[in-house]
Amino acid sequence: MRWLMADKGGLVMLAVLAVVVIVVPLANLVIPPDSALHVSTYTVTLLGKYLCYAVLALALDLVWGYCGVLSLGHGAFFALGGYAMGMYLMRQIGERGVYGHPVLPDFMVFLDWQALPWYWYGFDMFWFAVLMVALVPGLLAFVFGWLAFRSRVTGVYLSIITQALTYALMLAFFRNEMGFGGNNGLTDFKDLLGFDLQADATRVALFLSSALLLALAYLACRAVVGSRLGRVVVAVRDAENRARFLGYRVEYFKLWVFTFSAVLAGLAGALYVPQVGIINPGEFQPLNSIELVIWVAVGGRGTLWGAAAGAVLVNYAKTSFTAVLPEVWLFALGALFVLSTLLLPRGLAGLLRRRGGAS
Amino acid sequence: MTPSFMRRDRVFDFLAPPLPPDALLDTSHGPILYLEDISVSFDGFKALDALNLYIDDGELRCIIGPNGAGKTTMMDVITGRTRPDAGSAWFGSRIDLLRLDEPAIAKAGIGRKFQKPTVFENLNVVENLELATHGDKAVWRTLVARMDAALRDAIEGVLATIGLEADAYREAGALSHGQKQWLEIGMLLMQRPRLLLLDEPVAGMTHEEIERTAELLQRLAGEHSVVVVEHDMEFVRSIARKVTVLHEGCVLVEGDMATVQADPRVIEVYLGE
Ligand SMILES: Nc1ncnc2c1ncn2[C@@H]1O[C@H](COP(=O)(O)OP(=O)(O)OP(=O)(O)O)[C@@H](O)[C@H]1O
Ligand SMILES: [Mg+2]
Repeated sequence: MRWLMADKGGLVMLAVLAVVVIVVPLANLVIPPDSALHVSTYTVTLLGKYLCYAVLALALDLVWGYCGVLSLGHGAFFALGGYAMGMYLMRQIGERGVYGHPVLPDFMVFLDWQALPWYWYGFDMFWFAVLMVALVPGLLAFVFGWLAFRSRVTGVYLSIITQALTYALMLAFFRNEMGFGGNNGLTDFKDLLGFDLQADATRVALFLSSALLLALAYLACRAVVGSRLGRVVVAVRDAENRARFLGYRVEYFKLWVFTFSAVLAGLAGALYVPQVGIINPGEFQPLNSIELVIWVAVGGRGTLWGAAAGAVLVNYAKTSFTAVLPEVWLFALGALFVLSTLLLPRGLAGLLRRRGGAS
Repeated sequence: MTPSFMRRDRVFDFLAPPLPPDALLDTSHGPILYLEDISVSFDGFKALDALNLYIDDGELRCIIGPNGAGKTTMMDVITGRTRPDAGSAWFGSRIDLLRLDEPAIAKAGIGRKFQKPTVFENLNVVENLELATHGDKAVWRTLVARMDAALRDAIEGVLATIGLEADAYREAGALSHGQKQWLEIGMLLMQRPRLLLLDEPVAGMTHEEIERTAELLQRLAGEHSVVVVEHDMEFVRSIARKVTVLHEGCVLVEGDMATVQADPRVIEVYLGE
């Protein structure tokens, strides 16, 4: 617990999270809609989305901020987690689909498929889907990382192949014959574990789950970063060869962190999908992964709470901005990235730290 | 010859308890390090040309030579960073260095200080030493590793040796150049290597720091074997028992300092610069 007490930024973040977790559900479920203090279900879901992004940012910060591996394809792991959850939600629809087929999702009936492809088996069970949410991104990251790190691919080259990875997945998922709904993706979800996804209470529960996931993910990342492994990882980032000559198998450390991070990203994606109600190949777009990098850069890479805060702030800005001037957003985002890189190399967290004078 | 798995006087290799890597090190037959006919070329340029070098157990050896003589390349070969085109490299009489990678060589007991001091700048001095500690360096072990009393004692001991007690909790990046050099030597000591390779350990140090380093290295020899590459002649003179002069990738002269300095070939090489 000592490491937690020393982590002021993290404590503040968890405290804010605790307050939000108490206030928001009350304001949505208890305070009547005509009151000025009422929080709409739309807002609850929006906040839930931000929290999922914050978990994703933590995941990226671990590999980029701490291990120095700039992944430009982390959105892929998020999307895969989302697809795994989406498959469960599709199977929950059952006979309520447009075509009323008891087993096949609508898009398969539409494609004239007769039977469920083998990789859709088991997704009618929640535990299996949850397992896949962690396993699929984890396995992909493991295999990919094994190949890349073992051949000592680093720096820009690694960033480029991660980008290629997410792009390739996007193209694959666009295809109808892949069996993931083609470019429409998976949508029209009805319920999760028997709870109606449109109900306010379910929305609040999903929001709370996202907050819980963020808190747990934060503590897990904190524990990793505070352990000797965390220091080895920083050592690898700063002087990879030195670490090697001390006897550390640098590749294994990178692989472990990369895989752990991919699992976290997958979990975030899994909670994201029931809240937004759709998952489609667009989630694999390289642009998403790049935006993610910007959240972390703005928040402050190398500080976990900074990355999480960056994700929430930038996405809040995006929501506000796109409501007024949608076409300007990308320019604003680019400017934000350039400015934060030039003026705030340690992001907002670095700025606060300098102000506070403490580390 | 009977294959080893059929011999009745032996247990199967995979059943035998794993040997600690340094248990393999066998110096009973003489030198701790053998380099024989090592050649390395970079795009046709021969950085090492059939180099032969033997270091005795417990010896303190200085290696000098003009810029580009191949001194750093030789260390790269010993530590597994560069694979030679030809030749053999043995650590003791049993460990074939050319079949191991960097972490395995480090584990076998060879520690290396880089020419440019490399410490982990964003970690403090104690953390730098902690990471260097001798022991299991597998991922899971480091995740659950704790700072125990033995480790703390070891760190305190090394801090005293390298004179950085007062800076124990400073970030390594904030240390002076000389202090970084010492920290790096301290990290090597934490590894408990049998053979220490030091590439220009006194570069950028003040006079006083150089003297302290010389003292430190002399203390280390005996218990460890130490190979020092240096340009600073005064420093070499103050510590050297045996000096090897490298030139254009092979050994030019070997002997005590006086012999080496008087050798016309050495004078020519150094004056020729
Ligand atoms: N990776 C490399 N690629 C190409 N050439 C190299 C490489 N490493 C070393 N060399 C060349 O090999 C030669 C020997 O280099 P090395 O670094 O071993 O010299 P050195 O004796 O350590 O010199 P110094 O005293 O300047 O440190 C030099 O001419 C250098 O340019
Ligand atoms: Mg050199």
